[in-house]
Amino acid sequence: MDLTHALEIVSSTDPGMVRSHNEDSVASDAANGVVVLADGMGGYNAGEVASGMATTVIVTEMQQALAGAQPHQPDPQTQQPMAARIVREQVLKANTSIYQAAQSQPQYAGMGTTLVVCLFYDDRVLVAHIGDSRLYLLRAGEFKQVTRDHSLLQEQIDSGLITPEQAKHSQHKNLVTRALGIDPTVEPEIHEYPTKAGDLYLLCSDGLCDMVDDEDIGMTLQALGGNLKLCAQQLVQMANDNGGRDNVSVILVRVLREFPAARGVMAKVFAWLK
Amino acid sequence: MAKLILSMDGLVLKEIPLSKERTTIGRKPHNDIQIDNLAVSGEHAVIVTILNDSFLEDLGSTNGTVVNGNPIKKHFLQNNDVVELGKYKLKFVAEAAAPAAEKADFEKTMVLRPSAMKAAAEQAKAMAAAGGAAAGQAAAVAQRAAAVQQAGASAAATGTADKDAKSAPAAAPAAAAAAPARPAQPLGAIQLLSGGNAGKELELNKPLTTLGKPGVQVAVLTRRPQGYFITHVEGANRPTVNGAQIGAAPHALKDHDVIELAGVKMEFFLKG
Repeated sequence: MDLTHALEIVSSTDPGMVRSHNEDSVASDAANGVVVLADGMGGYNAGEVASGMATTVIVTEMQQALAGAQPHQPDPQTQQPMAARIVREQVLKANTSIYQAAQSQPQYAGMGTTLVVCLFYDDRVLVAHIGDSRLYLLRAGEFKQVTRDHSLLQEQIDSGLITPEQAKHSQHKNLVTRALGIDPTVEPEIHEYPTKAGDLYLLCSDGLCDMVDDEDIGMTLQALGGNLKLCAQQLVQMANDNGGRDNVSVILVRVLREFPAARGVMAKVFAWLK
Repeated sequence: MAKLILSMDGLVLKEIPLSKERTTIGRKPHNDIQIDNLAVSGEHAVIVTILNDSFLEDLGSTNGTVVNGNPIKKHFLQNNDVVELGKYKLKFVAEAAAPAAEKADFEKTMVLRPSAMKAAAEQAKAMAAAGGAAAGQAAAVAQRAAAVQQAGASAAATGTADKDAKSAPAAAPAAAAAAPARPAQPLGAIQLLSGGNAGKELELNKPLTTLGKPGVQVAVLTRRPQGYFITHVEGANRPTVNGAQIGAAPHALKDHDVIELAGVKMEFFLKG
């Protein structure tokens, strides 16, 4: 089903103040409710190649997969909605593409990318992520981080070795423990959450959350949520004003109205016809 | 090389590299740093630089030398110390670490590959066991942390542990990322000139402040290193600054600009 009427999607990406290349990639497909953000890594332009491959492969493969399957229908194997399997399969396809390119072409050796993918369907959002690109949610004035980084820092925080405050000044900010395209296979972390009309989702690369405090990000979403384009620009600008040491990318997704899967409506129509 | 930044009233006058062993400060022209102000003594103070360390010494000046608000006779200068001589300020900036490009490399996102890490962790464990250190209670993550250091130190040499290590881009960054520097800038505020709350003042101490009535007209005031900006957010009409309607792009605000928004007039001013 077409979700263009239910979702407002705005994205912005910027090389920042220090880097000459932009290794981040963003892509979205409002009709299918798919948004993808990737932050590539690797020498020369390999980072751009990896993140670019991740976003294009996932968006195009998702289009095909969704044309042939309904994400809300139960998966015959697990009885869970198909969505998780669809997303996981496309993420693995992207992983294989990047890994093979890295293996076959010496200039791409070792390239990889972080990833956060959202699939909106049936009043739900399915989130898959790998690495330290994040998803945040602003709902009814409350701003919170949805994903948990796959990073050394997060592991240190979880095990109580350091406090989140110390983490801000850690020198290991750049070390992720999972990435797409580095190994022949990868396990994306997948969760599903119900959405509500009015929700504002923010996907971002570490170039934003390393440079701007969560508090300020939340305040910006709250203040400028009425104008997503301006909000995205403002977030990028804040990261750059604070030093802009990394590429900065954001995707904002506003849930304009509820979008239950067609089955509900169709079932009602059929019931009414009887 | 360490340097001093001479400023007055927040205005940077010049930068002085501490290239000599003795750098003298005073009012008389023969000083290395001459500050022509009556509050400064003829021979006021001297900075002695030995390798990377700089010491500031007051030469019995009439008005004294103040560092970070405390009067001193002799002081070992630390990065970002502010030396006050009358109205003048000298900020001490220690030697910059790595050049920007190099630093950026350290900040690049990198993957810790589990295989490489495991090898390094085992190595670390073996070392710890050999040393009899209390590794038993260390969490797996702690080992991983150690592994990072190891993996970094031997990123290229892990070939023996992991045949794919040639592509393992793990390296521990040498320098901690400096906290984002919030540049000192004058604080702005707005005072309402009309409407029910006329006379009320609002300090603009947040990175952004929204003004107006949602659904009617909203603008945002952003605080940036370059100063304050007003941007139109929503509403059919854009706000006016000094009687002229602003464009779609952010509009820089000057001291004493008058803004009109949702029928309310207000004055922007800098508190200094």
